[in-house]
Amino acid sequence: MKAAAFEIVRPRDLDAARAALGREGAKAAAGWQSLGPMLNLRLARPAVVVSIAHLPELRGVSETPEGVVYGACVTHAEIEDGAAPDPTRGALPAVAAGIAYRAVRNRGTIGGSLAHADPAADWPTALAAMGAHVRVLGADGVRRVAVEDFAHGAFAPALAPDELVVGVEAPRFSASARWGWWKFCRKLGEYAEAMCGVLVDPDRGVARAAFGATDGRPLVIADASEALRDPDALAAPFAAAGLDHDPVARRLHRAAFRRAAARAGLLEDVPT
Amino acid sequence: MRPKGVGASVPRREDDRLLRGRGRFVGDIRMAGQVEIAFVRSPVAHGRLRGVRAPERFAGRVFTQADMTGVKGILARSGLKGFRVSEQPALATDKVRFAGEPVAMCVAETRAEAEDIAAEVALDIEALPANVDMLRAAAPDAPRVHDDWPDNLFLETFVDGDIERAAADAAIRVTRKLRTSRQCMAPLEGKGCVAVWDRHMEQLLLWTSTQMPHIVRSGLAECLGLEERRIRVAAPDVGGGFGWKGLLQPEEVCAAWLAMKLDRPVKWLEDRREHLVAAANCREHHYEITGYADAEGRLLALDAVAHVDAGAYSVYPFSACLEAAQVGSILPGPYDFPAFRCRTYSVCTNKPPIVPYRGVARTGVCFAMESIIDAIAREARLEPYEVRLRNLVRPEQMPFRNVTGKDFDMGDYPESVRRAVAMIGHDAVRERQKAGEPDGRRVGIGYATYCEQGAHGTSVYHGWGIPMVPGFEQCFARFTPDGGVEIRVGAQSHGQSFETTMAQVAHEILSIDPDRVSVSHGDTALSPYSTGTWGSRSAVMVGGAVATACEKLGARALRIGAHLLQAKPDEVRLEGGAVVGPGGSVSLDEVARTFYRRPQNLPADVDPDGLELTAGYRPVVDTGTFSYATHAAVVAVDGETGGVELLDYVVVEDGGVLLNPMVVDGQIYGGAVQGIGTALYEAMRYDANGQPLASTLADYTLPGAAETPPIRIAHMETPSPNTRFGQKGIGEGGAIAPPAAIVNAINDALAPLGVEIGALPATPHAILSAIAAAEAVR
Repeated sequence: MKAAAFEIVRPRDLDAARAALGREGAKAAAGWQSLGPMLNLRLARPAVVVSIAHLPELRGVSETPEGVVYGACVTHAEIEDGAAPDPTRGALPAVAAGIAYRAVRNRGTIGGSLAHADPAADWPTALAAMGAHVRVLGADGVRRVAVEDFAHGAFAPALAPDELVVGVEAPRFSASARWGWWKFCRKLGEYAEAMCGVLVDPDRGVARAAFGATDGRPLVIADASEALRDPDALAAPFAAAGLDHDPVARRLHRAAFRRAAARAGLLEDVPT
Repeated sequence: MRPKGVGASVPRREDDRLLRGRGRFVGDIRMAGQVEIAFVRSPVAHGRLRGVRAPERFAGRVFTQADMTGVKGILARSGLKGFRVSEQPALATDKVRFAGEPVAMCVAETRAEAEDIAAEVALDIEALPANVDMLRAAAPDAPRVHDDWPDNLFLETFVDGDIERAAADAAIRVTRKLRTSRQCMAPLEGKGCVAVWDRHMEQLLLWTSTQMPHIVRSGLAECLGLEERRIRVAAPDVGGGFGWKGLLQPEEVCAAWLAMKLDRPVKWLEDRREHLVAAANCREHHYEITGYADAEGRLLALDAVAHVDAGAYSVYPFSACLEAAQVGSILPGPYDFPAFRCRTYSVCTNKPPIVPYRGVARTGVCFAMESIIDAIAREARLEPYEVRLRNLVRPEQMPFRNVTGKDFDMGDYPESVRRAVAMIGHDAVRERQKAGEPDGRRVGIGYATYCEQGAHGTSVYHGWGIPMVPGFEQCFARFTPDGGVEIRVGAQSHGQSFETTMAQVAHEILSIDPDRVSVSHGDTALSPYSTGTWGSRSAVMVGGAVATACEKLGARALRIGAHLLQAKPDEVRLEGGAVVGPGGSVSLDEVARTFYRRPQNLPADVDPDGLELTAGYRPVVDTGTFSYATHAAVVAVDGETGGVELLDYVVVEDGGVLLNPMVVDGQIYGGAVQGIGTALYEAMRYDANGQPLASTLADYTLPGAAETPPIRIAHMETPSPNTRFGQKGIGEGGAIAPPAAIVNAINDALAPLGVEIGALPATPHAILSAIAAAEAVR
């Protein structure tokens, strides 16, 4: 399949980007790693594609005592390689290194991944587990949204047509933080069938878990301390989120939790 | 043996261009004035086609079968008794019979614009219930794919062995239902063609990505109503075929017709979606099979009912029944047992036609037979390898005629098992199993043994009813005036390394350095006729033809050389690129120069046919070579995720004398990885309406480098008594055994849980489901 005809706009700055996004049928593109195939398959038929990866405002990284703000167009590879500072004591680079293939990581962007809102992608779940926030630029300036609230559902970001993801705020982990990330893919580089991130950071009063590869947005358990004592406590949130619709799915998501927690040193990893 | 001749691992000369991205494939051909086509394909699996409507502004750019006056449908009649004929129109006429079937073609300057047109063509189709389940297709109420058929069967076959007595005496009886999934072949390069009418030659030139240019020409001539001399079919570099390029496709007929209609070059390149949903399907078998054995695990009888989902049409030239006909004749595998009964059904369904894929029916057959062997081993409480050793044909029985009349040429089948057992470290794996894994995974070991008839000739294919029966294979060979050698063969290398290996054969016979030998192939204008490259036949048939042609050419060179050396003909020989006699030598360059440029110096009785000729070859025994192998796999199965890791993989094979061992290793690696795909990853699933559920490679999972373990290969080189150098066909073997070996290993690992997998692929989901089901029972 070849893409249908569309116009490419390369805006000078953020204002021009937002103006272009206001046009009928406009869509932003940064790394093109998801949009490109969708265009070729004609699953996405934008009239205008606004290419934003070159904008310096979206490429910057700033560090604060609370964490790091990544420009939306920072690539997975830059995070993997440590080219951007990491407030998470290795958690972010490790997640980045596991995304698809290096060729995808070289171009794919952290903001693009969140705006695409694929439930089986790594960033929406990993960043939700970390308690990260998205910065969204709209007509009234920048708003700040928790990553887990940034998707209405699968492929449905909480983003108005003329809004643009401009940055991602990752929190600074304290020295005592424990992080575990585990996902299951049929083959290296494929989308995951189950994934879980677990963060316990006692100094900041955090004990979170997030589950991806769901049918909708990631499932976040804001207080996972009970599940960490007894994984059976996951039954209720799983049922509420529809993660237990068959015995296979239930097993996989439970395994994801146990193994992520084990990698964080929070549970013994003994498969049943 | 010469240093760069038969048996030498000469580096592939193709690699320089292919690995640098400098090959020339169909997609690289761009002709002045070329247009591209996109097909409008049926969105439903089954329906009555009422009409095709295109917007006015696209007049002259959208074509249907109604426009293609005089173009006949593709017919592939099997000669087997009872075969029902299906005619596949180039573009659907009154009915559509699978989702993805081409209905109209749209032409534009670029493919993207052609797709724009295709998107606006409206099809008026009355959808009908689809026939998608081959096991239910024979039911009286099953939707009829071809209206004038009484049912949905291309063919039923029976092998009526007397198994009753053996069955009555059997201490062990095991029955299994086994299924292989429908797959897509997924060569790196898809199909594609460029068609152009050559006014100078008054000939249609079709560049196409094929394994069999001459066969495509014959089929195309029938469909277009042209004499064959008015068609030239040529293949440029072909990036893998595996069977998918061993047929005439409706799209080729369409492109060829349109090139003549428009008098412009027409190009069609299959994209990956078309590849997945519209044609390249293969492998879908179902077996209900019972093995009978005595208490010591010795096979007494085998009873099987096999269904093959052949899809909607019979494919040219292999027909819809090759797979099932093979099942009936090769299911007994390399084993010696007295009684066999088998019933096969080639079922017509609303899916793309099934195409023979590397290994053809053998992959399914091996999975079925080897699953039964392991089931018997569990019943008899024997090691699986022990049951194989007790039942395999023994070397002292060779040559051996088996229960279906197959003539095994020679070899030591049990030795391949013993070597595999040693190489994989069987006892150490059993110890490891007992100790358990620190991470809780379960380890298992599995084996599969098969023999593969390759390069089978006239008598075999005649018996299978294939409309294309191979006969003698020809080779054209010539000395150029400066003493180089040109070899032309009609088969087509699409990864088999002809340019390297056939130059080695020429070197072996003529002693000329392989670097001075050119090998061209696969162009009907330039090469002798051949049925092409398929059926693991080229090393034997093309290698034999090249050797024969070079021997005859060498004899002529020797005659001239002897004259120049003033020696007797029986005193000279070929050595180091020269004719060597008792008193000196004369280079082949000089011999060639003499023939072409200084004929005054030739002997009076020189052969006037000169230093070029076409020679033919067929082994005296043409029932084929029987290469064989034992594959052994060690897996670790994760009971929480269903994930399977291949810890070790061993192949012990006997390909006879290897023309180029490195090339053979490459064939085995490639085939084994495809077999891993069959075992664990690949499935082209259809829903109840016949809609394909995978249309991109995100949904159709292929194994990648990270999923492929190091594969360890050991060669046993037992020469075939029937072939020119003792070589055997091995091209397909790698893809045959992995599903059986890997699933046997998984079942070995999961046996303590009471879990047995009987359907391919063994996905994590399938394994977890089976574990959950077993737990629910307990």
